[in-house]
Amino acid sequence: MVKFVVRDLNIRFKSVPALKGVSLEVKAHEILSAIGPSNSGKTTFLRTLNQLNALNPHLTMTGSVLFEGQDILKIDVELLRRKVGMVFALPLPLPLSIFENVAYGIRMQEIKDKKKLTDSVEEALKEAHIWDEVKDRLSESAFKLSGGQQQRLCIARTLAVKPDVILFDEPCSGLDPISTARVEETMLKLKEKYTIVLVTNNVKQAARVGDRTAFFLGGELIELDNTHKIFTTPSDKRTNDYIIGKFG
Amino acid sequence: MRKIKELIIEKLILLCGLAAIFFVVLIFLFLLKEGLAVFKMVSPSDFMFGKSWYPISEPPKLGILPLIMGSLVVTFGAAVISIPIGVGCAVYIAEIAPGKIKEVLKAGIELLAAIPSVVLGFIGMVTLVPLVKNVWHLPTGLTALSGSIMLAFMAMPTIVSIAEDALYSVPKNYKEGAFALGATHWQTIWRVLLPAASSGILAAVMLGIGRVIGETMAVMMITGNAAVIPQSILVPVRTLTATVAAEMGEAVVGSEHYFALFAIGIVLFIISFIINVTADLFLHRKQ
Repeated sequence: MVKFVVRDLNIRFKSVPALKGVSLEVKAHEILSAIGPSNSGKTTFLRTLNQLNALNPHLTMTGSVLFEGQDILKIDVELLRRKVGMVFALPLPLPLSIFENVAYGIRMQEIKDKKKLTDSVEEALKEAHIWDEVKDRLSESAFKLSGGQQQRLCIARTLAVKPDVILFDEPCSGLDPISTARVEETMLKLKEKYTIVLVTNNVKQAARVGDRTAFFLGGELIELDNTHKIFTTPSDKRTNDYIIGKFG
Repeated sequence: MRKIKELIIEKLILLCGLAAIFFVVLIFLFLLKEGLAVFKMVSPSDFMFGKSWYPISEPPKLGILPLIMGSLVVTFGAAVISIPIGVGCAVYIAEIAPGKIKEVLKAGIELLAAIPSVVLGFIGMVTLVPLVKNVWHLPTGLTALSGSIMLAFMAMPTIVSIAEDALYSVPKNYKEGAFALGATHWQTIWRVLLPAASSGILAAVMLGIGRVIGETMAVMMITGNAAVIPQSILVPVRTLTATVAAEMGEAVVGSEHYFALFAIGIVLFIISFIINVTADLFLHRKQ
């Protein structure tokens, strides 16, 4: 099954092109990782999928993006963003308790039932593999957690809204190797239930967790293939150069 | 040579800094010296809680409770009017208004801040006062309500510009984080932006109120200046500031009345000081 179908996507920031004619598909229950140097358009691509780009009035978009067969421009934007959750580069806990951080998105859907709320929070924390570490301190401030724990808390917050797809925007750029490993482990577990699109600056991370890998450069999609193929026998020389670290 | 130049400039700047503190201390000392003298003739509690202000009767009655109540009623009214409108306006400017409207609004707010208070008082006198009189069928439109409305105009620029700064400086990530969870624009404003900017907004409110309580000219012109404890907002009241401004010219130097006016100055000084310190605490509160 295909989650996203992107056809000839062009995005301009004022008059500067940020994405040029990108076409690709995101399959259900895969981890699609997008790599490329900065300014390659990979984050812009990611933010198109949940229409976060629409917040910026200077961005114009042409082409089409279908989510489960429906044009994303025709889906109610709040509904789309609930179905397509996002985890940001820096863990961004709100100045609330651990419990309230996860309950936040649920409360926004006007769910008031206490029991339901508590259950959803617990479920989300378990799915994000942080339940065991926080179950005894749910009322403590989220700022007391370590960076890696905060990031998994943010994953739990996204999961609590019950999305289909999760977009990860360089989720480990601020984390140490051990925390990174835990987040990657979480992602691999999550793909059984969710579809994941991962933007990363860490080429090795794409190699570790991605089922397929897309290489972006200068706003163009250079190559998209199985991760193994991209990292062993890429068909484009530029992909190879980036992967082995000739530029980046 | 360059070192000497540096040194001279450094010392000059130091002097400027010290001068500011020096003058404040001088003013405060002078105020204390003149104001505390009144307590030789009337006890502090009679002064603060006395219900009659007849400074030129014989013997003079120097209770400032009616004046304090007058100031509080006018300030409270102004706060009730200006806080919701001011914060709403700040949210609109910071979050909703498109570029052009935003510029126009910001310029308009600055212009509002630039209107001298006597001009506002004058406009209030010829427009607002008759209106209040006719709407509520009062014997006079010179009431606490008129003063509150006029002062709300004065507090608003302060509230709007500082609250807008506070909203603007909420990290963009917070907003995107909320939107990414499927929040609507209003949910994002109400549940993320306002709480995140709350300390700045509270500071804005405090500074706005500080401006209202210290304001003299406009209130003197439109609140009617009756030194009685107000029973409603539709009666004339007299504020602390208006009392000092109106009576200082007539008070005999060295009389009880004269010292009492200085003591009112001390009370005002303390109120403003508390408000400013509170605002400062909110503004610099670390999370």
